[in-house]
Amino acid sequence: MRPQHLVTHPRSLHPGAWWLWALGLAAAASRTQNPVPLLLVLAVTGFVVAARRSDAPWARSYGAFLKLALVLIVVRILFQSVLSSGSQGPTVLLTLPDLPVPGSTGLKLGGVISLEAVLQATYEGLQLATILCCVGAANSLGSARRLLRSMPGALYEVGVASVIALTFAPQLVTDAGRVRAAQRLRGQSGGGLTSMKRLAMPVLEGALDRSVELAAAMDSRGYGRTTHRSRGSRRLTGLLVFGGILGVAVGVYGLLSGTSTSWFGLPMLLAGCVLAATGTYLGGRRTGRTKYRPDPWALPEWLVVGCGLVPAVTMFWSVRTDPASLFLASATTVPPVPLLACAGIMVGLLPCVLAPPLPRVGPVAPVGTAPVEAAA
Amino acid sequence: MITFDKVGLTYAEADAPVLADVELTIPEGELCLVIGRTGSGKSTLLRAINGLVPHFSGGTLSGRVIVDGRDTRRHRPRDLADVVGFVGQDPLAGFVTDTVEDELAYGMESLGLAAAVMRQRVEETLDLLGLPDVRHQPLADLSAGQQQRVAIGSVLTTHPRILVLDEPTSALDPQAAEEVLATLQRLVHDLGLTVVLAEHRLERVVQYADRVVLVPGAGRPVRHGDPAVVLQDSSIAPPVVELGRVTGWRPLPLSVRDARRRAAPVRALLADRRPPTPERRAPGPPMEPLARVDHLVAGYRGLRVLDGVSTGLWPGEVVALMGRNGAGKSTLLRALVGSKRPTSGRVRLGGVAPDELKPTELLRHVGLVPQEPNDLLYAHSVALECVQADRDAGVGAGTTRTILERLSPDIPDSAHPRDLSEGQRLTLALAVVLAARPPLVLLDEPTRGLDYTAKHRLVEILRDLADAGRCAVLATHDVELVAEVSSRVLVLADGELVADGPTPDVVTASPAFAPQTAKILAPQRWLTPTQVATALAEVTEVSL
Repeated sequence: MRPQHLVTHPRSLHPGAWWLWALGLAAAASRTQNPVPLLLVLAVTGFVVAARRSDAPWARSYGAFLKLALVLIVVRILFQSVLSSGSQGPTVLLTLPDLPVPGSTGLKLGGVISLEAVLQATYEGLQLATILCCVGAANSLGSARRLLRSMPGALYEVGVASVIALTFAPQLVTDAGRVRAAQRLRGQSGGGLTSMKRLAMPVLEGALDRSVELAAAMDSRGYGRTTHRSRGSRRLTGLLVFGGILGVAVGVYGLLSGTSTSWFGLPMLLAGCVLAATGTYLGGRRTGRTKYRPDPWALPEWLVVGCGLVPAVTMFWSVRTDPASLFLASATTVPPVPLLACAGIMVGLLPCVLAPPLPRVGPVAPVGTAPVEAAA
Repeated sequence: MITFDKVGLTYAEADAPVLADVELTIPEGELCLVIGRTGSGKSTLLRAINGLVPHFSGGTLSGRVIVDGRDTRRHRPRDLADVVGFVGQDPLAGFVTDTVEDELAYGMESLGLAAAVMRQRVEETLDLLGLPDVRHQPLADLSAGQQQRVAIGSVLTTHPRILVLDEPTSALDPQAAEEVLATLQRLVHDLGLTVVLAEHRLERVVQYADRVVLVPGAGRPVRHGDPAVVLQDSSIAPPVVELGRVTGWRPLPLSVRDARRRAAPVRALLADRRPPTPERRAPGPPMEPLARVDHLVAGYRGLRVLDGVSTGLWPGEVVALMGRNGAGKSTLLRALVGSKRPTSGRVRLGGVAPDELKPTELLRHVGLVPQEPNDLLYAHSVALECVQADRDAGVGAGTTRTILERLSPDIPDSAHPRDLSEGQRLTLALAVVLAARPPLVLLDEPTRGLDYTAKHRLVEILRDLADAGRCAVLATHDVELVAEVSSRVLVLADGELVADGPTPDVVTASPAFAPQTAKILAPQRWLTPTQVATALAEVTEVSL
């Protein structure tokens, strides 16, 4: 057996496997508003991230996603309990002074805030937050840039755009911090519309400059240098790929929304996948791009993807057989524990042993000296 | 290898051409140094070599640029990637992947080299540039010198015949710059690579150059030839050349070694002269320091950047803050303006803590020009920026514009701050800061991208500030500037203050921080060619 098939052989897992695993968990979370499985998914992602992430800068992003998720829940509660009149129930928590709003809009300002509305908003917010954390987990376990490396060479323009976008977003945050600090030096306390305008100008201009610089660097290093490719074949590739992506999008929507008829979902997804694969294969055959030390796709990758698939499948099955336990009839009832779905989600925890451990990064020990741990 | 045939370039919407009638041939295996003032078209010339100009920048190119037999009009930058390796000004901005190894392989992947070839070349390049220890590390975690070497390595793996570098050492500390230059030197000698580089810090590179190309700007003809000849009457010259002019050495020395071998008679002439010492007003009572830092500890998530720093800043001083990249210079400056809260210890600006001051009061106590002067500027034009600065500082209308007029008289009102040259932008940011009349002015790396003329201007401005009883602190890697202007030097290393004393004492104590003049005339402690010129004039007067 080759070493990459061993789950104990230290190497970093293919980022694609992490993304598929996380998407499986996210798909599971998208089909329930019961807080029990949702919190379980959250715990599973957090645990696996803690067990298998590296100490690279992008691996620290899970915390940021978690914070964003909390903000999301709070915003959701505020909006739904203070502004919506439709979701209020009989258990009144408190009554705020209210402003009159025409009754037909379904909106209100202040007034009665009920336990039902707050709980409902919490559960819905929790669902979104869980999906967000799944993406965060994927991002910190499998670097998105390394994932792009595995992208077929046929998608040149998309590749450039994605790399620039990936650089753009985090850089924007650092720049904003720097410019805010500089604003203080000019006697601005921050806040207000003028301050926002003053922040936006230098930050956006700087980010734009850098993006152009990066694109120039990619070009001068030969990115997108294609060997003999006709206009016709390029069009065909583009058509196939985008048709395929459209099919995948529609298929995923059909599958996850659960409202449309069954012909919509799975077959559309499969057809989309086939189209996109043909397109990228045709296009990829024509570019002269090669891969340096391609990430292997071996047994651990299959296992991890499987561990992501199981929660999704069990959840979809449970929705069909026992919908009442996944969508609560009333927000105030004690949430039941859907056993099958929870067992499925627990399988998602296995990658913390099934994914290979990371190799130790650091200076190479000089020849002839034993590692300190071994000597101790 | 590279031929410019009557090349001219006019950018879109520009009235005048940047380059006109450039006739230049660079033969194989040469190290060619491109010099010129900021905004003179050096970068444009470099970018024309691999076709980024005009394919990426736009504009109209006349004439032809032939690189290894290929015309850049018909070859895009990506088609020249196997012949020309291009390293831009900011290595971090050009990185496409996450880790060192991936970055080195990136260019080869684009060219479609076989996997086995790539493996071998990555290993060779890691060894050549001394990077094997960091091969798996994320690029963002490397030091600035390592990042620059990775950027060079990443274009070397495709085995180009030409290497083009735009200011490879301007952001680096002296030690890291040495590292990078030694690498380039090795590439030229061992691999016979043709290297074309632009650099403002001539004192670092001119000794390695086989040829100097002087781009005078404004479309005037480009001059090129032997370094000693071109530099004879150029307005841009490193201190060693200026010293050569003062002492009348011909041909001009280009390296410390050349000059030192001829310096014995000058040293004898100057033997009984004393170099001027910076006057230092006695610290402590009756003079109160403008700022005090006591046992300052500050850091970021578990990392201690400053570890118990104590010092004071007095009126009338120009203090230079030196140290390796990442030694804590910027953090100290940020602590002085209160953007960085101390973990322990305290910072006092005339009795108050800067982080407790309201922004509107802060700017009356201290001003900081950040590393990126753009961060301070946000208006659409210079005039609007000045008006805004008056309003921010609560001073009379026109104050900022008057200060700017004194610092740099030739900046048009209607210009967009981003279109100004580096030096002009720095003076604009400085004018904005000075409008509130803070007694303490901090500058973070002010000489990055500044040419000698702009630097002289900065020296005058800083001296005026000190004479007016204010204190200026500059964090910098530029030892020549430090020798020229500062009265006291602080050296930070690993978060601690390792040296704090008058400039001559500190800079002559270690070769890494010594200016060229001091190296040439050691053990005498002359720091700048100007000092030597004055002393020599006095000596000849006496002997007459």
